[in-house]
Amino acid sequence: MTQLWDFAGGIHPPENKHQSTARPIRTAEVPERLVLPLQQHIGEPAAAVVEAGDRVLKGQVIADVADGLGVPVHAPTSGVIDSISELPVPHPSGMTDRCIVLRPDGEDEWIQLHPATDYRERERTEVLELIRNAGISGMGGAGFPSNIKLRPPKERKVDTLILNGAECEPYITADDMTMRERADDIVAGLKIMAWILRPGRCIIGIEDNKPEAVEALRTAIEGTQIELAVIPTKYPSGGEKQLIQILTGMEVPSGGIPADIGVMCQNVGTAVAVGHAVLEGKPLISRVVTITGEAVREPGNFDALLGTPIDHLLAQAGLMPEQVNRLVLGGPMMGYTLTTTAVPVIKTSNCVIAATATELPAPPPEQPCIRCGQCAEACPMELLPQQLFWHAKATEFEKAEHLNLFDCIECGACSYVCPSSIPLVQYYRYAKGEIRVQRAEQLKADRARERFEARQQRLEREQQEKEQRRKERAQAAAEAQAKKKAEAERAAAEGSAVDERAAKAALVEQALARKKAKADAGKPAASAEVPAPTPEKPDLEALEKQLTQAQSKLETMQGMLEDAKAQQADNVDKLERAVAKNHDRVQRAETALTEARQQLAAESPTTD
Amino acid sequence: MAFVQQSSPHARRARPTSRLMLWVIVATLPGLLAQTLFFGWGNLINVVWCVTVALASEAAILKLRQKPVAFFLKDNTAALTGLLLGLSLPQFAPWWVSAIAVVSAIVVAKQLYGGLGSNPFNPAMVGYALVLISFPVAMTTNWAEPALLWDGAPGFGDTLAAIASVQQTTVDGWTMATPLDEYKHKIVSLTAEEVVQHPTFGDGVARGWEWVNGAFLAGGLVLIGLRIITWHIPAGVLGGLVIMSLAFGSNADLYAPLTLHLLAGGTMLGAFFIATDPVSAATSHQGKLIYGAGIGVLIYVIRTWGGYPDAVAFSVLLLNFAVPFIDHYTPPRTYGHHKARRGVPGRTQG
Repeated sequence: MTQLWDFAGGIHPPENKHQSTARPIRTAEVPERLVLPLQQHIGEPAAAVVEAGDRVLKGQVIADVADGLGVPVHAPTSGVIDSISELPVPHPSGMTDRCIVLRPDGEDEWIQLHPATDYRERERTEVLELIRNAGISGMGGAGFPSNIKLRPPKERKVDTLILNGAECEPYITADDMTMRERADDIVAGLKIMAWILRPGRCIIGIEDNKPEAVEALRTAIEGTQIELAVIPTKYPSGGEKQLIQILTGMEVPSGGIPADIGVMCQNVGTAVAVGHAVLEGKPLISRVVTITGEAVREPGNFDALLGTPIDHLLAQAGLMPEQVNRLVLGGPMMGYTLTTTAVPVIKTSNCVIAATATELPAPPPEQPCIRCGQCAEACPMELLPQQLFWHAKATEFEKAEHLNLFDCIECGACSYVCPSSIPLVQYYRYAKGEIRVQRAEQLKADRARERFEARQQRLEREQQEKEQRRKERAQAAAEAQAKKKAEAERAAAEGSAVDERAAKAALVEQALARKKAKADAGKPAASAEVPAPTPEKPDLEALEKQLTQAQSKLETMQGMLEDAKAQQADNVDKLERAVAKNHDRVQRAETALTEARQQLAAESPTTD
Repeated sequence: MAFVQQSSPHARRARPTSRLMLWVIVATLPGLLAQTLFFGWGNLINVVWCVTVALASEAAILKLRQKPVAFFLKDNTAALTGLLLGLSLPQFAPWWVSAIAVVSAIVVAKQLYGGLGSNPFNPAMVGYALVLISFPVAMTTNWAEPALLWDGAPGFGDTLAAIASVQQTTVDGWTMATPLDEYKHKIVSLTAEEVVQHPTFGDGVARGWEWVNGAFLAGGLVLIGLRIITWHIPAGVLGGLVIMSLAFGSNADLYAPLTLHLLAGGTMLGAFFIATDPVSAATSHQGKLIYGAGIGVLIYVIRTWGGYPDAVAFSVLLLNFAVPFIDHYTPPRTYGHHKARRGVPGRTQG
């Protein structure tokens, strides 16, 4: 006897399961057209590998995922590809997507099958490849590619493999009927998965409202190590996290996967598909779908080819079109409404409820929350639904996240029990959506900022390099000029020394001349009349030459100063001093020249 | 075919608020019956009067606030507030005292805070506390004697006349102090044995009161059984009261004994019907226990060392203040988490 644990919260909605278990699984008639969406699982959409007009055989790959997460799509029967076009697919938004339309030819001709009954002798990766090539993705709900799930990270050893046959949602009986009628197939598939994973325990969990299924599986597992755990009926015990808690007492860490605690859950339908894929070589081309609700006369389960339009199944179940008020794909707790019956059965379709208005009535008007806490009592994740609701309503998403909004599994138990009929789950979906949008925007903004900052850095770096190069050039130029200037100064110094000497000599001569004149004046008058002896004539030519030299030097220095200023070189001060010095020199030379000229002018009348 | 588009869940089977409130109303009936049997017509008349005023004032204020009157009146919450006040006010409380209590409860404490679901304080207790402070004489001298003591117990007409009368002298012969009041004032100078000689204590704990409290306890257990309230708040209240009583009041010659605390006054009505008002109470299980225990402790403290013989209203209102704080620090641990996330969201760096 497997030890069982309880999980928090949970509700007991009316099961409404007996309607669809009255008859055995019926094989649905093949419709005129099969519509096969290219994306039937989580991951990348498959790409069509056939073209309109191609004839395909049953089980032939018609679309595949070249790279990325995904599994191929197979032709459910032999026929001709009609078209590849945008058609309505099962989705809460009622959107359309790329679908391959197959027109069956009625031959139902299989491709060559390659069963691997000897799988135990093969490599595990090879068997996983068989599972992938059979197009198997989880058939319980989310539709995660099974081969990926069956290959958990190396450091995550799966100790407990759980087969989920709880099927806790009201109305749905697809798994129940599968367990009743195909228990051996389930066990065969489970054995293959167990062989791949080598877990310590294998447990099949079934709610106690399915005694026939329990009996069938009990017979099927005789002589094996597989445990059968009959668990109390309570919604949502079939939720992966809840079932793990019931069967192992462990909790999947928030944000983690069951493999983190050494557990893996697989749906019973997936087990059947794995068994068929490995032991018979048959890909996943059909599944069991419950067609129920008060608007169908003969509710029951159909083994339908993938791609079978739902209206085709509804017709076989005896739909009373005038009665249908709401068409739900999935269960009444977590399923979504369809806008059209034209959507096809895909790998994750488990149930269609054609409900009358009295069966699933419109909710009464919303009343204020009175904080009664019934929602918290019902929440299987031990959240505080009413606080989440307040925060979601007030768009205080940070607070909602803080109260673990993202741990909400959207099971709907809180909405189910709310006395004020507040659509709580909608508020959580809204808040989650808004937070995701904000995160995406934040990410985008972060990326943009990073890009901008990187650009700024690059520009700065380039600017610095330019500056560096310019400085180097300027320094080289300055050095060269300093050299030149030094030479020029040396030359100028020599030149000015000569000038000064000459000027001094001239001044001395002048002074001497003046002295002589004075002395002469002091002499007898006769001598006064006698013009003073002319001093030595100043060398005008020499003085002029000095002036030009000084001027040209000044010009050179000024030019250098201009250059230095333009380049903002650090020898500007030095050059300015040099210019000033040369300026003085020029003035001195000018003065000397002028004086000499005046002297000459003064002398000339006397001489004349 | 056009199908109804609806977000999941598509099924719901909730007991609507009006039904929950109706159940609470039904659960008070044993207590009301006991009150009528042991204290005469007073509470019954009070209840009818208070419910009438409650519905009328709720309708008027809803109209003023331009809210759908019928929609909200049908939720039975106003009726319940009136009922609770009618049950807790003194049997001979004058009609205008009751009316003031009810109007302030409905109009001020409930609707002016935003109506159903938005009131931070228990409306009935706001009304009760208001009249208790404002009209202390009317609120303390109008408690009926237990019926068994009455010589020529007042009939329906006399009771109605007494309540409807503006003069208060007429009821002097029929009223007496409540057992808690009696014990508190007498124990200062007398021994416990002497105190309980007073007729109000009878042969058991407190004549009449023990039955009334027992009836409210029964009604409260029904509510827990129906999962309309959880056990946490009543357990907290009674637990807090018991622990305080055992810790401080074990000497009956100094303080009122535990039995009197539990079975006299408004203890059971407060623990099961008043403290459990979901709108103004704490939400998580742990929070409810803390909230209840706080009320229980305060009831004991005020009764024993405070100026009022009974203290349910003040205790409940005080803990109403603390609810946001309690809620902040008592969220449950969510599945898959190591520990509960308490307090406010932390600012993440960057």
